[in-house]
Amino acid sequence: MIDVLYFAWVRERIGLPKEQIETQAATVADLVTELIAREDRYAAAFADLTALRVAVDQELSDFTAPLAGVREVAFFPPMTGG
Amino acid sequence: MVDVRVQEAAFQAGAELEAFSARLQNAGAVVTFSGLVRDDSGQMTEMLIEHYPGMTEAALTKIAEEAEDRWSLAGVVVIHRHGALRVGEQIMMVATAARHRGHAFEAAEFLMDYLKSRAPFWKKERGAAGDAWVAAKDADEAALDRW
Repeated sequence: MIDVLYFAWVRERIGLPKEQIETQAATVADLVTELIAREDRYAAAFADLTALRVAVDQELSDFTAPLAGVREVAFFPPMTGG
Repeated sequence: MVDVRVQEAAFQAGAELEAFSARLQNAGAVVTFSGLVRDDSGQMTEMLIEHYPGMTEAALTKIAEEAEDRWSLAGVVVIHRHGALRVGEQIMMVATAARHRGHAFEAAEFLMDYLKSRAPFWKKERGAAGDAWVAAKDADEAALDRW
């Protein structure tokens, strides 16, 4: 089980901030492919991966990152702090 | 001394500066920066700031510790708010202290450049015409290259 978190417009498109997902996906990209296949709202959120950033266990990462041993993955748009 | 706070509550920049300065030892320069809620459209009623609890604190601490090491700072403060803010309210502040002003200025700019695009905050503007997420600018990403 992996906790998957969504922030900002990704959260709005998918319609929830967090969910637990049972997955055998080897990488973040594989997890995204599984999610897109689920429902249209995921396909809408993940339509353009260049517009998204990913954090793995609360560290900025990328879509090629392996998921073995990972507890938490988060998807969000580029950050706008400051 | 690294002091990182992520909070919904308002803060007093002047009081923070006083308290920070009083804790310093052997620093000759303190630089502060405050970010305020700006209304570019003229129609904004409030700004909503979302963040990633846990990661936000860790990312800000990492950036602050890097600045502390790189410019031999005597102290760093980073305060960043989240939640609903009105136009003119303080969103965040950084304060840096060093022996000389050059290091304090540079470290403050470094902190601002990094926390703009590496700390997990997202701004949404709420106004008469509806809600809109603030898009990241290419210039913000490019600003990291100079460090």
